[in-house]
Order: sequence, then structure tokens, then C-alpha cells
Amino acid sequence: MVNLVLILLAGTLFGSGLVISHMVEPQRIIGFLDITGEWDPTLAFVMTGALAVTLPTFRLILRQTKPALASEFRLPTKTKPDPRLIIGAAIFGVGWGLAGYCPGPALTALSLGWQEPGWMVVGMLAGGWLARRFT
Amino acid sequence: MNQIYIQALTGGILIGLSAVMMLWLHGRIAGISGIVYGLLDHPKGDTAWRATFLIGLLAGGVVVSQIIAVSVVPREGFSNTLLLSAGLLVGIGTRVGGGCTSGHGVCGIARLSKRSLLATMVFMLSGITTVFVGRHLLGVL
Repeated sequence: MVNLVLILLAGTLFGSGLVISHMVEPQRIIGFLDITGEWDPTLAFVMTGALAVTLPTFRLILRQTKPALASEFRLPTKTKPDPRLIIGAAIFGVGWGLAGYCPGPALTALSLGWQEPGWMVVGMLAGGWLARRFT
Repeated sequence: MNQIYIQALTGGILIGLSAVMMLWLHGRIAGISGIVYGLLDHPKGDTAWRATFLIGLLAGGVVVSQIIAVSVVPREGFSNTLLLSAGLLVGIGTRVGGGCTSGHGVCGIARLSKRSLLATMVFMLSGITTVFVGRHLLGVL
């Protein structure tokens, strides 16, 4: 139960971060990707803030034998790049550039009562389901 | 510095803290697409934390927009068909590529994962190309 409360807190921090940083505004994402137009650097500041926290701390955390409240670290097992990784990331980038939403902001923006993220999330769930079924 | 950039940096730090909490306490990667797909696949005993995290994600949106009252602006007049198609591509791509901006971009790079660094470069490049073609060549974005 305590664990779930802490997970709720972690989710809340994440969602708060996405709104405070304006990452739920798709025009800013498209602006960031528009390097030949009027470039919007907002996303670069978000990544800088996030990595400034995660880069040094992840190293320390992963030196531990196990997490504080769970029995083991559950990390991705693949270590080498493969075609699936590159093809998947390329397809994701097309969708991201077209609409300006990646999964986190699309889900979080549902809480703002906007119509756009609803369509985005429906598409995303369908895509995630299809890819699992047919690949 | 522009207020937006201070908010962006602050938001990034909060996202980083969330990722640190998930890894340090629970040994999990705070990758949004992975957390969602785990729910779609519903493996036994692995759904409660995922659903809880996602409820938190939405709660965070409510807290910031309603209580802290950071003003965010919705886009008007964008095609629903385009949104749905883009969503489909994001869904397929993140599932096949094993992650999105949070899993690969924030957490993977922090783990110094070669796969995540490569995936992040690929989706950035692919997004940049898409916006270039869509906005500057076709004039639709």
C-alpha cells in the first residue's frame, strides 16, 4: 500500500512536470522539431532538467544490489541495437512530428479536458495493440 | 531567462525526480509507453502499479493546471484524422522500438544504454524530417 502511494506520487510528479514544462502543448514539440523554421528550444530545457537529475543518480542507484522497496531491478534485457529498435523509433518519430504528442504528454493532456489528446491516445492504444499482435 | 524556459527546466527536474523514485524505490523504468503496454498485455500481478502511476500522471495534470494554475494553451482546428493516424504511428513505433521519449530519452540515456541513445537520435531525426516535409514542403502542419 505504501508502495502504491509512492508510485502515485511519482506519477503525479511526472504529470506535473509535463504540464509545468508546457510539453502538453503540441505546437511546442513541432516547434522544437522545426529546426529550419522558428525553432522552439523548450523541449531541450526539459530534457536538460530531467537528465541533470537522472544521469548522476541512476549511476548511484544501479550500484545497489536491489531497489529500496522491491526485490529486483526490472530493466530492459537487450543491450545491442537491432533493426526493430531503429524501425520502431523511426515510425514513432513520424507520428510524433505529425501531431506533436508523445505518449506521456498525450495521456497527461487528457486531464486538461482537451479533445486532441483523446484522439491521439485512442490511436496510440490501437497502434500498440496492433504492433503486439502482428509483429 | 524567459519564464517558459524556467518552467521547462523545472518540469524536467520533476520528471527526472519521478524517474529516480521509480528506479530507486521500485526498480522500474519510468517509460510511459512501456507502462501503458504492460496494462494492455495485463500480466498477472503487474497491473496495479502501472494503473496507479498513470492515475498519478493525470492527477499531476489536474494539480498543475487547476491548482498551481500554470497556463497551457490547447491547439485549435487540428485534424482529428491526422491525430488518430499520428497516434497509431506513435503506438506502433513505441511498441516495436521498445520505448518513447521518457523510456529511451530520459531513463535510457541516464542508464548510458546504447540502444536508447540510438533510438532517441532516430526518433528525433525522424520527427525533424517529418516536420520539415509536413510544414515546409507540403505546408500542412
